Amino acid sequence: MEDDDIDLSALDDGELVEQMHDDLYDGLADEICEGVNILLERGWEPYRVLTEALVEGMRIVGIDFRDGILFVPEVLLAANSMKAGMAILKPLLAETGAPKAGKMVIGTVKGDIHDIGKNLVIMMMEGAGFEVVDLGINNPVEKYLEALEEHKPDIIGMSALLTTTMPYMKVVIDTMKEKGIRDDYIVMVGGAPLNEEFAESVGADAYGRDAAMTVEIAQKMVAERRAA
Amino acid sequence: MTAAPGKTLLIACGALAEECFAVIRANGWDHMEVTCLPAKLHNRPALIPEAMRKKIHENRDRFDRILALYGDCGTGGGLDKVLAEEGVERISGAHCYEFYTGAAAFAAIADAEPATFYLTDFLARHFDRLIIEGLGIDKHPELLPLYFGNYEKLLYLSQIENAELQDKARAAAERLFLDYEYRFTGLSGLGDFLKQKAG
Repeated sequence: MEDDDIDLSALDDGELVEQMHDDLYDGLADEICEGVNILLERGWEPYRVLTEALVEGMRIVGIDFRDGILFVPEVLLAANSMKAGMAILKPLLAETGAPKAGKMVIGTVKGDIHDIGKNLVIMMMEGAGFEVVDLGINNPVEKYLEALEEHKPDIIGMSALLTTTMPYMKVVIDTMKEKGIRDDYIVMVGGAPLNEEFAESVGADAYGRDAAMTVEIAQKMVAERRAA
Repeated sequence: MTAAPGKTLLIACGALAEECFAVIRANGWDHMEVTCLPAKLHNRPALIPEAMRKKIHENRDRFDRILALYGDCGTGGGLDKVLAEEGVERISGAHCYEFYTGAAAFAAIADAEPATFYLTDFLARHFDRLIIEGLGIDKHPELLPLYFGNYEKLLYLSQIENAELQDKARAAAERLFLDYEYRFTGLSGLGDFLKQKAG
């Protein structure tokens, strides 16, 4: 049956969520919005719609991107459709007191203006219940420090797409050490040319290979820190 | 009497093929051969190191020397690790923009104007296919600001002067709503490396 022929309202909850995963995979924002509204009308909690329909759908997208089945354009279209769904859910999440997983400040480092990966991380972290402060692009160390002082997050996230700009992450971490605040925060780094080895060499706590993995690691590390 | 240079294989990114052949022809280096890895690996840099290793193994026995014409190209040091393991040298530079322009000159440009999108002759020639179609902008124009919203300028780094390519590059800048600048790099970056190592 063609997607055009599917009456989303005729599907039961399980089928609808599966169809929403497919629609998110195909970047169909209108269908995602329709599906979100149907689930809400059926009494689903906004947080459940977010996690089971949208976040899970995006996790599948992330796996296929990692495996080279999907490429950047498809991921962006899927992300756009998730954002469209989240726009409906966000005000409702605030009302229904959805759980707060933690707080992150994140930005692309100085000299680097790329933000596609960073923006995907922000979307997935918000989907997981984190409050995220987006510092934007081309951030010198001073901006990170100001953000830490103002927002007192659990996590500072740094992103870079260029081999030439990723060394700046060490500048930020070393400055945090000099100021005696390094251990007050979880430091996560990410970006296409990075890897675990690099993250360790610059003194980060963790490397996020992709947006979904970043969320998993962030959840684990925040929980461990709070339990300590 | 100087010894004849040994038979040399250049393993290059496909995006450098025409320029490699131009340098070889101009210098009459008939002891050099070129083989390429697909330019599209630019979009999946994690695959470059092992693709390079495979190419080296396939050809090692037939040549006295192998040189890699690749930047780091987003492998985060992964390519250099493989090249060190295989005993193969590469032209220095993070990417072809840098080794065409020269390290110091490129660093100055990048520092002064980080919001710059670069084209080479190859990218100018294949702009529609690689950028507009490759990034899905033709079918989904709403993606354009997501890719290029943070850029301010398109800088065309030209290796071989070509009026048609200059027109294409200018049109590309307009298509992306970016300011346009032209800079002639020539091929000395490539040529000097090859002359020094195997010319």
